[in-house]
Amino acid sequence: MIKISAKNVDVFYGKKQALFNINLDIEENQVTALIGPSGCGKSTFLRCLNRMNDVIDICKVQGEIVINDFNINDKGCDVVRLREKIGMVFQKPNPFPKTLYENISYGPSIHGMAQSKQEMDEIVEISLKKAALWEEVKDRLHEPGTGLSGGQQQRLCIARAISVQPEVILMDEPCSALDPIATAQIEELIDELKKEHTIIIVTHSMAQAARVSQRTGFFHLGELIEHGLTDKIFKNPDNTKTQDYITGRFG
Amino acid sequence: MNLVLFIFIVLLGFTSYYFGRKKAYTIQSTNKRLTALPQFYGYYLAIWCAIPAFIIYSLWAIFEPTIVKLLILSDYANQGYLDDELNLIYEKTKALSRGQFTGEVTSFIQTSSEKYLNLRSIAQSSKVVIVLCIIIASVAYAYKRISSNNRTREPVEKFFNAVLFTASLAAILTTVGIVFSLIFQTIDFFKVIPLFDFVFGTHWYPAKAFVRDSSEALDPTMYSDTFGAVPIFAGTFFIAFIAMCVAIPIGLMSGIYLAEYASYKVRQYAKPLIEILAGIPTVVYGFFAALTVGPFLKDIGTAMGLEVSAESALAAGGVMGIMIIPFISSLSDDVITSVPQSLRDGSYAMGATKSETIKKVIFPAALPGIVGSILLGVSRAIGETMIVVMASGLAANLTLNPLESTSTITAQIVVILIGDQAFGDPKTQAAFALGMSLFIVTLCLNIVALRVVKKYREKYE
Ligand SMILES: Nc1ncnc2c1ncn2[C@@H]1O[C@H](COP(=O)(O)OP(=O)(O)OP(=O)(O)O)[C@@H](O)[C@H]1O
Ligand SMILES: [Mg+2]
Repeated sequence: MIKISAKNVDVFYGKKQALFNINLDIEENQVTALIGPSGCGKSTFLRCLNRMNDVIDICKVQGEIVINDFNINDKGCDVVRLREKIGMVFQKPNPFPKTLYENISYGPSIHGMAQSKQEMDEIVEISLKKAALWEEVKDRLHEPGTGLSGGQQQRLCIARAISVQPEVILMDEPCSALDPIATAQIEELIDELKKEHTIIIVTHSMAQAARVSQRTGFFHLGELIEHGLTDKIFKNPDNTKTQDYITGRFG
Repeated sequence: MNLVLFIFIVLLGFTSYYFGRKKAYTIQSTNKRLTALPQFYGYYLAIWCAIPAFIIYSLWAIFEPTIVKLLILSDYANQGYLDDELNLIYEKTKALSRGQFTGEVTSFIQTSSEKYLNLRSIAQSSKVVIVLCIIIASVAYAYKRISSNNRTREPVEKFFNAVLFTASLAAILTTVGIVFSLIFQTIDFFKVIPLFDFVFGTHWYPAKAFVRDSSEALDPTMYSDTFGAVPIFAGTFFIAFIAMCVAIPIGLMSGIYLAEYASYKVRQYAKPLIEILAGIPTVVYGFFAALTVGPFLKDIGTAMGLEVSAESALAAGGVMGIMIIPFISSLSDDVITSVPQSLRDGSYAMGATKSETIKKVIFPAALPGIVGSILLGVSRAIGETMIVVMASGLAANLTLNPLESTSTITAQIVVILIGDQAFGDPKTQAAFALGMSLFIVTLCLNIVALRVVKKYREKYE
């Protein structure tokens, strides 16, 4: 089933166009990887999906992005609700300077998801368990989140993102600041999470894209060159640029 | 003459810089590798030219008068003069030699003054000669060193190091000196006035101490109930409190607005405009408070049937608060802006609105800096003098009514030290005791500020 469908999306930073006429459908409960050389617009596209580009003054988004039969670029779209449904994990772990507990409870309390302390405790525990962090931190929930290791911090950020039970999770190079072991943990986690969430991940690692994703989109200079099943893209791409990029001949 | 010599040394310094560098180029042209960049050769020579000369020059300036005095007064030795009389003779001699002496001129003094002039001119010319010799010697020495391509970088670096060190040492020593002068005078003060009376007494009335005839012996009982500092401590904190009630909310909110809401354009104009407030001299704030705000409050108060003094704590504190706004606003703007964008993104991506993000993420993250800026504002408020002197009156009332006039530590120091005062008088020493108290309060404030900031740092890092 199609979860998100982007139609004729153009993005401008001031006068400079960063994305050209992107058409891409994202399948529900699958992992979609976005790959492409640096500066090709992967992050920009990702940020369109939860309207994070609104934060940047000079950024203008045109075209339709339909999620659950609703165009999020419509005027009537409630950005707060949208971002509740579409979580995001950033390249650099960015836990709030608060305790672990407060980091997780942040989203649920904003959206009024817990009626009591008990419910909130439950949400925190479930989120941390899903993010495979619970065992490591259950005794130090009231210590600052910034005191964790990089990999733990990134899993904390994932736990934070899933605390509001989003339908979609956007990940922008979530492993780029992590060592191979932490990366493996996160990849495992992604595999687990896709049962309940639709996941879109930007990555620079071909191997990672091949490992975790079912579908892949290849961006180049602001255009979506090719997209489809990961197997096909990696084994038998239609476009020579894709072929070149995947085999490491450029980018 | 001295000025000419001084300028001459400076000019020589510049010239030797030029020659040093030129020498370096000549060495270079012989295909030898220099031990440092050419300008180091220049600096090296210039330093050797100017520094020994200045040292001799200053030593001379320090010792010349003493030596001349010794020589002059040696004529009067063993004639049974007292030290004071000798000093007087010397002063007369100097005055006469300057042609400013009006009294009766004795032949003794006449001779002395001629000798004085003579000595001075010898000293003057020998100074020039010696300084020039020193310059020639040290430049020759240094020139020889650079000619043999000796190391120049390290000595020059050491020299700059020493200059910077001396500068900071001077700053520290001045502080230490000031603190010690405060301490000694304060101790003297407390020898007369018991510490207990000062700290817990509720009557501050230093004018009473004026009444004493200075030839009478000091009678401590006379000062009981004169130097009770409670009213002025209370006044100080009260006015600072009023000021912070104005400055914290407005300053903080405008800081948040500038950092988070204002567009680039607005910020560009608003920030300098707010900072203009910080550039207004406090005297101007003072008469604004005394001539505009004070009477205005009085009018309003009278209209509402309240008793308002024309010089009220409210007027002074309110205007002081306005003065402090830019500190808090611009400092908190800076700390808020320096909160990493990634935290904002993280919060927005969770669906938080702008105000939620500010309240729950940015503000806590910026809190140490904000607390720091507030405490800085408090210590400004406590140390502020002019506004209080002009707008809040000089009578030390013990009151918590903002509509009455009160006085502060700083204002009382002004009151005490304006006009005639005698050193060693308890009234003058009271100013030192007050200054000491002010110093201690500010010091404690700073220590607390550092503690708070550190605690939050630990929590958030
Ligand atoms: N805030 C911004 N202001 C102006 N231009 C921007 C901004 N963010 C991105 N761009 C431009 O948009 C283009 C796409 O940037 P984007 O960050 O989406 O690339 P990317 O594919 O994520 O690259 P990377 O792999 O290096 O993260 C780039 O040319 C970049 O210069
Ligand atoms: Mg990117």
